Amino acid sequence: MKKLLPLLALCVALLSSFALRPTAAGYKVGDKAADFHLKNVDGQLVSLASNPAAKGYIVVFTCNTCPFAKGYESRIIALHQQYAPQGYPVIAINPNDAASAPGDSYAAMQALAKAHKYPFPYLQDETQQVARTYGATRTPHLYVLKREGTGFVVSYIGAIDDNSEDAKLVKTKYLENAMTDIIAGRPATTSATQAIGCGIKWKKA
Amino acid sequence: MSLLKTFGLSAGLLLAAHAGQAQRVAVLKLPELQQRLARPTDTTYVVNFWATWCGPCVQEMPGFEKVRAATTKQKVKFLLVSLDYASQLDKKVRPFIQKRGLQSEVVLLDETDPNTWLTKIDARWSGSIPFTLIVNNKTRRRATFEQPLTAPELTAALQKFLVP
Repeated sequence: MKKLLPLLALCVALLSSFALRPTAAGYKVGDKAADFHLKNVDGQLVSLASNPAAKGYIVVFTCNTCPFAKGYESRIIALHQQYAPQGYPVIAINPNDAASAPGDSYAAMQALAKAHKYPFPYLQDETQQVARTYGATRTPHLYVLKREGTGFVVSYIGAIDDNSEDAKLVKTKYLENAMTDIIAGRPATTSATQAIGCGIKWKKA
Repeated sequence: MSLLKTFGLSAGLLLAAHAGQAQRVAVLKLPELQQRLARPTDTTYVVNFWATWCGPCVQEMPGFEKVRAATTKQKVKFLLVSLDYASQLDKKVRPFIQKRGLQSEVVLLDETDPNTWLTKIDARWSGSIPFTLIVNNKTRRRATFEQPLTAPELTAALQKFLVP
């Protein structure tokens, strides 16, 4: 028993360190992406399986309220216009807890999607389980999924480009570069990039 | 009349100069910030990455100011690194500092592409703010928090750096 104690202590320490880092987990490039069933602003449930013609998806965790998400909104719409015809439509997911961010309520999402004529689904991740599974931490946070066999594989994670303030000053379009590779059937040369964003508003435990 | 005018003008200038003093915000590029954070000093740095547009950052800031005020006699230095765009310095950042009466030193990190600098600050940072780094280069201790901190949470984290 005495010999077991340090081992036990180690286990407890390990467990608690995991508990303290709920967002450290999540997908890495190459992981298989789980499907989800989330409510779109039109009331319909949307999943990755909903669109059998899709070769993949550009999944964007975004929201109504974050200035960075707002700054990228028109660029996200442009991405959909560019890549949906090539088989990679955008799916936008709002992971914010509406109780902490009232501007991200389902009704507010419906209003924004309508006002800005979103050409893609805008889903509410009400339990925040999808954001946790994917490992999203901020808005906007992008994941490119590519259909492989019966499922989808994470092929890119990160930023859209290198200038959130001004689309005209962008020098490197990280996502476009990755999409060029992915569509050509190659792994993305740069498959993970860093960006600044608003922390996801998690539900109070 | 002209004397009064001159007086008024110089008083105005003095006031302006004083106001400018109170809200001095250095605009830094990454290497300059890295230099500041790499100084071989026994002072513990509390470095908070924030922005005026970030609700949770703005919310936690009074707590940081409180802990700063409570630790002025210790070897602790607070540095608030604004990630606002440099173009917003006069429009947003300076007015914010003045309105809130911030006492901590504020700098603005003028870098556009986080992909080139984020992991140079800390490899564990996924890019959401607020992000707080507590670092002591003498003892080589380092702690990071990618979440808002309350005054008691920050105090508890900081205490670990201050006990010998």
